[in-house]
Amino acid sequence: MRIGKALGVGLVVALVAVAAVTSVTAAQRSKMIQIKGSDTMVNMVQILAEEFMAKNPNIPIAVLGGGSGTGVVGLINKTCDIANHSREIKQSEYEQMAKGGITPREFIIAVDGLSVIVNTKNPVKTLTMADVGAIYRGDIKNWKDVGGPDKAISLYGRQSNSGTYVFMQEFVLGNKNYSPEMKEMNGTAQIIEGILKDEAGIGYAGVGYLFDASGKVRSDLKIVDINKEKGAPAFSPLDKKAVDSGDYPIARPLYQSTAGKPSPDVAKFLQFVTGPEGQKIVEKEGFFTIGPAHQAQNDKNLK
Amino acid sequence: MNPRILRNLRESAIRAFFFANGVVAVIALLGIFGILLYTAFPAFREIPIDEFLFKKNWDPTSPEKVEYGILSQIVSTLLVTFGALLLAVPIGVGVAAYLSDVAHWRVREIIKPIVEILAGIPSVVVGFLGIVLFSPVLASLFGTSHGLNALNGSVLLAIMALPTIISISEDSLNAVPAAYSEASLALGATRWQTLLRVKIPAALSGIMAACMLGMGRAIGETMTVLMATGNARAFPTGLLQSVRTMTANIAIELGEVPYFTTHYYSLFAVGLVLFIMTFAVNLAADVILNKYQEREQ
Repeated sequence: MRIGKALGVGLVVALVAVAAVTSVTAAQRSKMIQIKGSDTMVNMVQILAEEFMAKNPNIPIAVLGGGSGTGVVGLINKTCDIANHSREIKQSEYEQMAKGGITPREFIIAVDGLSVIVNTKNPVKTLTMADVGAIYRGDIKNWKDVGGPDKAISLYGRQSNSGTYVFMQEFVLGNKNYSPEMKEMNGTAQIIEGILKDEAGIGYAGVGYLFDASGKVRSDLKIVDINKEKGAPAFSPLDKKAVDSGDYPIARPLYQSTAGKPSPDVAKFLQFVTGPEGQKIVEKEGFFTIGPAHQAQNDKNLK
Repeated sequence: MNPRILRNLRESAIRAFFFANGVVAVIALLGIFGILLYTAFPAFREIPIDEFLFKKNWDPTSPEKVEYGILSQIVSTLLVTFGALLLAVPIGVGVAAYLSDVAHWRVREIIKPIVEILAGIPSVVVGFLGIVLFSPVLASLFGTSHGLNALNGSVLLAIMALPTIISISEDSLNAVPAAYSEASLALGATRWQTLLRVKIPAALSGIMAACMLGMGRAIGETMTVLMATGNARAFPTGLLQSVRTMTANIAIELGEVPYFTTHYYSLFAVGLVLFIMTFAVNLAADVILNKYQEREQ
């Protein structure tokens, strides 16, 4: 009997202790802003968060990658406060959010030109949008069909959890399947690693990845100019004017989304990101700043 | 209390404690199998099981036609694993025979710890070596434009399976009674004949167990193959093709998949098939081991 009582008391004490510990960590966690998602955006958002924390040391922020899908699922599962995503939220994801009573608010924080890269030994300078699509669908299999040497094209791409993968599929492949021969790499850095060594390789990457540590355009990669159709003027993704005007065909907005109206701390961070200081960092990281139309939409979302 | 009763009590308490420890492994195994079965089962409400096992195309996020066929992944996994065994078994058994029968004890004292360190290298480091070192070497050796293929995975997995194969094979060679080789040598056989005709056959059950364990290591390895084999979904036509193994497929897709969808369940179903495959390998190893031991007795 006495043993039972002692056990009971012990159990209660243990339960209280566990509850106290978990409630403390939960409080700390709820104070820390969690950001998750797109690997294309993770470096830029990390620097934005660091600059923001230097000015607001009482608002800690943690930034994680994992792909746009990971971020959006994080909003649904409530494991993050802000989702970084480099594609639009899918219809199925909207439906899942609605089931959980979430109406997401989407902020456009930067614009990314997706670039097509090849090995420096590859003589091909220009590809049409349709060429790139056909190459990645597996319809064009040899470089000689697009003005290159007689070599089988070796495809590099991202994995299906990547926003870049989905954006390419929707925007460039015309919502068709990727070739099953495509090598699916674990990150954009690995695509670049592959292209550096593979003379027959072709890959895609966010513009931010085309610069080296000192901010210069990498000379060990070849960035292909893209035109809308054969004979039309071709543009480089490094040409900011062409990206802004839409003359460069493969450009996309980058989003940060919240589940419903952002909390005061989160709103403060989003204001910083979309404001002049944040946009300066966006530009320095190799992305393009947002225009007044996006800015107006963002301001409306904050309220 | 009677000291004898006390001692008996303590004895049975200790026995119960060790029995509980033994049962933990069984419970863990049954638990994992149960959860896998429970989470994989809903996938087959929407995917016919024959389509799942025998169709080649896997594309759950396709905008055209969603497909859940894992045949390409099963074949890729087997291709990479058997490629690894083809490289690792002869080398591993050779090293084990050298260490147990030929090497000077000083050499053995140096090589054995090195083999053990090899076992401790993290798989992500091995995978990285595959990308920066083996990939360009294999590409220039075979005249392909890149080396992110099944062969690269096999080479890396062979390196990772070697320590297991070497240490267990060596242990079983050492366990062969000295009388066997003494008798063989006394009958006029050379050391080479003794090793090949007497010691290795006597230690065969242990060597086979070593190879099976090495295979288990190779079949379940994830990070290395994920980094080095290119992960293309196409049905493999040879060792120089980029392939996607079952483990790599689960690792790639489980992070992003929305919970409790067919895609989510189907990834657990892939895990279940993998579990059954490794279970079969281990079971086969056990049966072989028992047969040989019976014959020896």
